[in-house]
Amino acid sequence: MIEFEAPKPISQQSFVLKTVAENMMRPVSRYFDEHEHEIPWDYINFMHMAMKATGAGSLAPREAPKKDAEGKERPHIGYQMLAFMLEMLSWGDVGIYLCTPGGGLGAAAVQASGTPEQNAKFLARFGEGKPAFGAMAMTESQAGSDTSAIRTTAVLDKEKNQWILNGEKIFVTGGQKSLEEGNGLVVVWATIDPSAGRAGMRPFVVEAGSPGIKVSKLEHKMGIRASDTASLVLQDCRVPFDNILGIPEVIQEKTTTGFKGAMATFDATRPLIGATAVGVARATLELLKELLAQQGVTIRYGLPRQKLTSIERDIIDMEVMLRSAWLLVIKAVWMADNRKSNPLEASMSKVRGGDVVTKITQRAVEIMGPLGYSQELLLEKWFRDAKISDIYEGTGQINRLIVARNILGYSGRDLR
Amino acid sequence: MYSFEPTEEQKMLIDTVARFAHSNLRPASHDADEEGQVPLNLIKKGWELGVLQASTPEAYGGFGEHSTVTGVLAAEEMAWGDLAGTLAVMAPGLFAVPILLVGSEEQKSEHLPPIVEGDWSPYSAAIIEQHYDYDPNELRTTAKLDGETIIITGEKSYVPFANETKTMLVFALFNGQSQGFIVPSKLTGINIGERQKLLGINALPVFPVKFDNVRIPSGNRLGGANGHDFSPILASYWLATAAMALGVSRAALEYAIEYAKDRDVFGMKVAQKQSIAFMLAEMATEIEAIRVLTWEAAWMLDTGKEDAYKEAYLAHTGAADMAMMVTDRAVQILGGHGYIREHPVEKWMREARSFAMLSGTAII
Repeated sequence: MIEFEAPKPISQQSFVLKTVAENMMRPVSRYFDEHEHEIPWDYINFMHMAMKATGAGSLAPREAPKKDAEGKERPHIGYQMLAFMLEMLSWGDVGIYLCTPGGGLGAAAVQASGTPEQNAKFLARFGEGKPAFGAMAMTESQAGSDTSAIRTTAVLDKEKNQWILNGEKIFVTGGQKSLEEGNGLVVVWATIDPSAGRAGMRPFVVEAGSPGIKVSKLEHKMGIRASDTASLVLQDCRVPFDNILGIPEVIQEKTTTGFKGAMATFDATRPLIGATAVGVARATLELLKELLAQQGVTIRYGLPRQKLTSIERDIIDMEVMLRSAWLLVIKAVWMADNRKSNPLEASMSKVRGGDVVTKITQRAVEIMGPLGYSQELLLEKWFRDAKISDIYEGTGQINRLIVARNILGYSGRDLR
Repeated sequence: MYSFEPTEEQKMLIDTVARFAHSNLRPASHDADEEGQVPLNLIKKGWELGVLQASTPEAYGGFGEHSTVTGVLAAEEMAWGDLAGTLAVMAPGLFAVPILLVGSEEQKSEHLPPIVEGDWSPYSAAIIEQHYDYDPNELRTTAKLDGETIIITGEKSYVPFANETKTMLVFALFNGQSQGFIVPSKLTGINIGERQKLLGINALPVFPVKFDNVRIPSGNRLGGANGHDFSPILASYWLATAAMALGVSRAALEYAIEYAKDRDVFGMKVAQKQSIAFMLAEMATEIEAIRVLTWEAAWMLDTGKEDAYKEAYLAHTGAADMAMMVTDRAVQILGGHGYIREHPVEKWMREARSFAMLSGTAII
């Protein structure tokens, strides 16, 4: 039946994570915003410890169905738990959240495309010893939304049974930490056949310490400054043959299985990005209401529009946007947890999340006038942090394209 | 637990309503709007689907527990067929549902069974008032206690079937609060004006009604001697309009998609143009977003959550905006054809503008 009760494990998790957000993120938000490229080790070490204990880590839940006291199978809520976790940590500080150790997108790619052996081999490191980081390297300077335009190549050296990767990746979230801080990895997308377009794309695991890969640049960004956004240069970067994700027999054919695997990863992670957007939006709206209340401005719900002040109307519209965006995320991850195909809902939640956080943060700074514009408050930082939500992991426009194709029954060829 | 799956019973009800909406309501929709009338046999058929009955306990003649969630599901489905038709079918609920929600035991036993067990019959409610800042919480119609009598004075608007109804629920300001009163229609001092002409929902007959010191027994106060809480009624009004807004919007989206996929332009289909495709994608996303918000609000109301009233308000205001945006775009996507009354999109656009002020003409 239709219901909206947060399961106990989620409420408990939220309680803990709210404390983490309030005590370990908010107090240092401004510091790491001002000291771009300094690494929030306190947060990282704490999360590493906490996540080792709970087995969390990547952007894909690893859980076996648990049975309750009567032996009945418990409902799957892994993705829901992830969504709530990401929302709360982003409510704290989304840039610092992006520094959370663990597999991140890299591990998600391994889980989506790798064999069980590869999963075991590459993901174990995230639960061990020191914090390690995973990243995904797809974008190049000439290839963003059009991922099929990537030019990084992978050539097989049959004698040494190694792949040789050459190319340059940009905008790799966590790229520096994955290669240089701890025993992490980067999943690099390269083509084994440039003439084959999408059909030639494959994911390769490049572990920290591999020869021929280096961080060439760290970007200076509008927001999420605590998160390292790296350019990686691959110059005859050699990785073992087995580092190509997927079943070797299928690997050398011209197949879009690899590309589709990436896209399936994005279906799962899209709502989670929507969740991070909602977190920033919620932080903004809550602070805005608090600040206004301090000034004696309260919101009178229930009034007809004609009687509302302009600010009340803005706030009410923001609440509608925020709540509906969050519920779309929940629906999308609920579907994932219940093994229902959800590309439509996933893209919808990303469209709305990106849209909503942009509008809410922009309006909040406006409403707070000189205070909103000042670095005295975190509002201006959240305005800056927010914008990337509508851009990375599939822009709002690409996601609109996906929604449109879905509701129109169109393929990529029908609607470009 | 979170879940977005209706129960089996709800699915059956939705299917039944959807079939009625598709096979009966929608085909009659255009003519009904042009002629200003929903055929009576259609209204009765809709009534026989049993939506109100499914939400009324056996003790009062129904066969289910009151469920706002079920009401929302059914209302969206029926409104997809035709909004005026839906409002007509649901009109008896305007009288019955508030009694079910907050009436005294006596009032429930007396008034509900005849309505719930009987054929469709025009019962109604009078709440909307004809001024720009009409506020259900600050009504200008007043009710005063005079011994064992209550005296009602004021002017109401948009009262469905006022010319035919035998009894109606009238909402007035009583001791600073909005309270409902059971008022037989033929009392001295009641003056039913001429049928109102509106921007949309032309097939629903609505009337202005004047109350000039109308006297009713104090026992006719909804809830009995101590009256009632108004917010559950208002929240249900809001969710009814939100649900119907979803139905009308979905109808418009589907129609626009079908048209856009068929219409040729510059060597391809209009739907293959990004600006049109993006409009449709945003329309679909907006509908889905407001739907989950409306569902949550309905669930909160059913489970007695503290913030239910506020969330119902958010759903209502969001739905009004959503419906206006979606239907306006639907007309735009059909271009010149969208402007012609042969296509239903201009009608849906006219209807969409009503949701912001329509609270009080339908309840679930």
